[in-house]
Amino acid sequence: MKLDVGGKEVFAYAANHELDPAKRTVLFIHGAGLDHSWFGLQSRYFGYHGWNVLAVDLPGHGRSAGPPLDAIGAMADWLVKVLDAAKVERACLVGHSMGTLVALDCAGRHPARVERVALIATANPMRVGEAFLDAAKRNAYDAFDMHTIWGHAAQQPLGRDQTPGMWSYGDAQARLERLAPGVLYNDLKACNDYADGLESAAKVRCPALLILGERDLMTPLKGAKALKEKLHDVKSVVLGPSGHSLMAEAPDATLDALVEFFGSAP
Amino acid sequence: MAGPKYPGFDTLALHAGQSPDPATGARAVPIYQTTSYVFRDTEHAASLFNMERAGHVYSRISNPTVAVLEERMAALEGGVGAIATASGQAALHLALATLMDAGSHIVASGSLYGGSHNLLAYTLKRFGIATTFVSPRDLDAWKRAIRPETRLLFGETLGNPGLDVLDIPAVAEIAHAVKLPLLVDATFTTPYLMKPFALGADLLYHSATKFLGGHGVAIGGVLVDSGRFDWDASGKFATLTEAYAGFHNMDFAEESATRAFLLRARREGLRDFGACMAPMTAFQILQGVETLHLRMPRHVESTRTIVKFLAAHRAVQRVIYPELPEHPDHDLCKKLLPKGAGAVFSFEIKGGRPAGKAFIESLRVFSHLANVGDAKSLVIHPATTTHYRMSDEDLKKAGITAGTVRLSIGLEDPQDLIDDLDRSLKLSQK
Repeated sequence: MKLDVGGKEVFAYAANHELDPAKRTVLFIHGAGLDHSWFGLQSRYFGYHGWNVLAVDLPGHGRSAGPPLDAIGAMADWLVKVLDAAKVERACLVGHSMGTLVALDCAGRHPARVERVALIATANPMRVGEAFLDAAKRNAYDAFDMHTIWGHAAQQPLGRDQTPGMWSYGDAQARLERLAPGVLYNDLKACNDYADGLESAAKVRCPALLILGERDLMTPLKGAKALKEKLHDVKSVVLGPSGHSLMAEAPDATLDALVEFFGSAP
Repeated sequence: MAGPKYPGFDTLALHAGQSPDPATGARAVPIYQTTSYVFRDTEHAASLFNMERAGHVYSRISNPTVAVLEERMAALEGGVGAIATASGQAALHLALATLMDAGSHIVASGSLYGGSHNLLAYTLKRFGIATTFVSPRDLDAWKRAIRPETRLLFGETLGNPGLDVLDIPAVAEIAHAVKLPLLVDATFTTPYLMKPFALGADLLYHSATKFLGGHGVAIGGVLVDSGRFDWDASGKFATLTEAYAGFHNMDFAEESATRAFLLRARREGLRDFGACMAPMTAFQILQGVETLHLRMPRHVESTRTIVKFLAAHRAVQRVIYPELPEHPDHDLCKKLLPKGAGAVFSFEIKGGRPAGKAFIESLRVFSHLANVGDAKSLVIHPATTTHYRMSDEDLKKAGITAGTVRLSIGLEDPQDLIDDLDRSLKLSQK
């Protein structure tokens, strides 16, 4: 569906359903350089199981108008405007990678709008290597390679994609090639610059779930330890032998963890 | 700092798409000879049917063995995914059926495999899909042939049988300027000799029966999507960008901009037309793919040796191979096919049809049959076989004469092949 947020068109995948005020809502927030379809299976499931779904394209990504927002805090505030535009009072947030920081920040600063928060592949701080940042700044293809290769468990290109016939490496690269110049750098820099993760975690009052990849190269397991200690009501699930792209590498296990955490639709 | 590296072609050819079987530890790709898959419960079944969970439902739609071949080919081509089909022709049909409606129009190279020419020139016409054929070398002709209802530009990486090298970067530029995709048949080149997506093609397919299998024991095809074409921005592909009543009003491009084509092709094309690949066939094709990087250099090396021999033979009028300086696409070949122009080529024998007949019937090592890309060397007379339905005018456009003989060079000792050719050429001139 298309929403108007501050005079700019925003796309949110709603799994082919109109929003129903009587239903609970799940809001999906994608990672750096990606879009709503990275949650394709999971968002579709919720949409067809009694939930409102809003899988957003952040500004400057996918089908949403740019420019991209340059700070995690700004993205978190923008999420609230999306909820306003959709006339949704409270939502369960599901973030992936950069989207976890956005979800965390939103849950910390706008607790009344967040019912539960699930963080898939997260770390604090979410430092981005200098070489990666530099390549993205130059809009060099190396940055897409780093994003794709480090974004999956090491065995993934030689393994078997869970979706028959698909090659997730190629799919990730095709998505990144669609980005306007500078968008990936914008996102990576936003992750790298975000320093409020622990503070936000401490302020979160709703239940939280961490879904982590055992072989995550981008946000290694140990990177979530401090967050876990700061969150008041938190559970975590480690999926092996998956890497950073858990929705693609372990789609069923990721979905099952979300379904169990969010509970049944009203 | 050095960046991370992708596995090389040789490694992908052996491993991509497969991990040791989780149930048994089997290292080789297991043949999942099953039509269907037991659901965990009704909820699981519904989720699989509605694309909420990944997995297999019915082997016409997907199969674990076939999926290994599909993923491996996508990896070797640099695509987002692939669909294996019952034949190369089924792959072409699947691509066209996914993109076309009655009233759509295709601009195609006039130098196509006879079966593809038949499909476009005669069969699809019955369903309201028209094709304009152009000389693949005439870039202005490609442009001129495009109409408002055109939906696709289509050619072969190496034309059949004149070995026209398709100028993929130039034809892709023409297509993309009017927001149309370019589909190529990459059968003759395989991903080892050329990567069409890197040159600008959007979709490609193979007759996997040929070099991918290499053994001549299985018929199959593979359709691969680069995931790079912007169906939304084109605005010409309602099958991908509007709600499809046949699948819960799914808007495929909304589901995924990069997977839209393959989603529709699998969910509609395989479901409704049903030209799927059998698991045993996928296993057999995979055995070939695993040695593609070893076989193709040998195919090319032997072909070069034989081309050189034939070009100097007094019974030969001319040899048509893009690596020869006199071939019209020689420069383009050097640019687009630096590893070689493949192992299929044509030559014209002196003495026309009778000489051609005598030559073919004298061969002992070469097999006279309708195939190419086998490990065994093959020969055929296109005017009376693969291209027999084409008019004289179309034959001429495709560079075929009554004396044209097509060879597919295999992996035998090249000297044995030369001896066979030499003896038969001499007999043909008596």
